Amino acid sequence: MHEMSIAMAVVEQVTAAALDAGADSVQQVRLEVGELAGVVPEALAFSFELACGGTALEGAELIAEPVPGRARCDDCRTEWPTGMPPKLWCPSCSASSARLLSGRELRIVSVRWTEEPEPVRVLEEC
Amino acid sequence: MCRVVDLQQAVLARNDEHADLLRADLAARGTTVVNLLSSPGSGKTALLELELAMARERGVPVAALTADLATENDAVRLARSGAPVKQVLTDGLCHLEARMLAGHLDGWLPEATRLLFVENVGNLVCPASYDLGEALRVVLASVTEGEDKPLKYPTAFGLAHLVVVTKTDIARAVDFDEGAFRVNVAQVNPGVEVLLTSARAGQGVGALLDRALAAGDGEPVHRPVMAASSAHHHS
Ligand SMILES: [Zn+2]
Repeated sequence: MHEMSIAMAVVEQVTAAALDAGADSVQQVRLEVGELAGVVPEALAFSFELACGGTALEGAELIAEPVPGRARCDDCRTEWPTGMPPKLWCPSCSASSARLLSGRELRIVSVRWTEEPEPVRVLEEC
Repeated sequence: MCRVVDLQQAVLARNDEHADLLRADLAARGTTVVNLLSSPGSGKTALLELELAMARERGVPVAALTADLATENDAVRLARSGAPVKQVLTDGLCHLEARMLAGHLDGWLPEATRLLFVENVGNLVCPASYDLGEALRVVLASVTEGEDKPLKYPTAFGLAHLVVVTKTDIARAVDFDEGAFRVNVAQVNPGVEVLLTSARAGQGVGALLDRALAAGDGEPVHRPVMAASSAHHHS
């Protein structure tokens, strides 16, 4: 189950970004998960919860946005949903010159975290 | 203060970077990696044993690294060819990653190695997502695994540079429908070559070695539709 490795990579990347930004606790991570990314969403959710334990992401919510697979034929310009398992030859002209437009995404889109409040700037001393 | 921050990072970007580094490092010293993916029992080890023996016959410096979840006898078997063989245990991890492979090669891989076969952990799900810096990714399935194997494991077959069918000597006995298998492969990976092999009959052994050497010589390998996603490349 490589979802655990993927969850750990997410935690590692988010932790590094949080550290850079001076954020100490992460509440939410939003991912794009393509239909053809080879990831089982339930397994990822389960692994994510485990991987977050004892880190700045402890208890963080994972939002996995599915991205449908789409392909396009360079010959006749037809565009179609690939489905799963994907159909990657052109349904209109049978050419094998398809291009995948989407569906392989496995990306961290955004995170929600808590940053230390900036120290109040004293504008004027008197 | 609570903030939502745009990160926009590919999750496997780090592995991809390590893979690119390893690929460049190995290319600079003239070594080509062939990544072999299959389910357990596909006959991958038997075929690899013959590839190693034939490479040595042809005077091609070859080596093999085999990854297993737990101790098996693959390495002993492969070492009979006389080629350098290393067995690594992944301690339950279901796949190799580029950084791990680089670590295993460090201090072991003989300098003059021209071809390095990596026998990945035996499953067709997890290893498919990890580039190991290979020049050629080969997905193997035996005739006993059924014609619909490519549809059950579309990521593995969809990202293959070459598909190898093993155990063709028993194809008739198990009613393997080669035509249907080819149609299913073409659905997820249009244009990829399907190579028929039999370790028992010695079929396809030379052809597979030729493909590996050609990839090492810089001949263009097949570009799978699934690998060419623009989504994978924008930053
Ligand atoms: Zn078309």
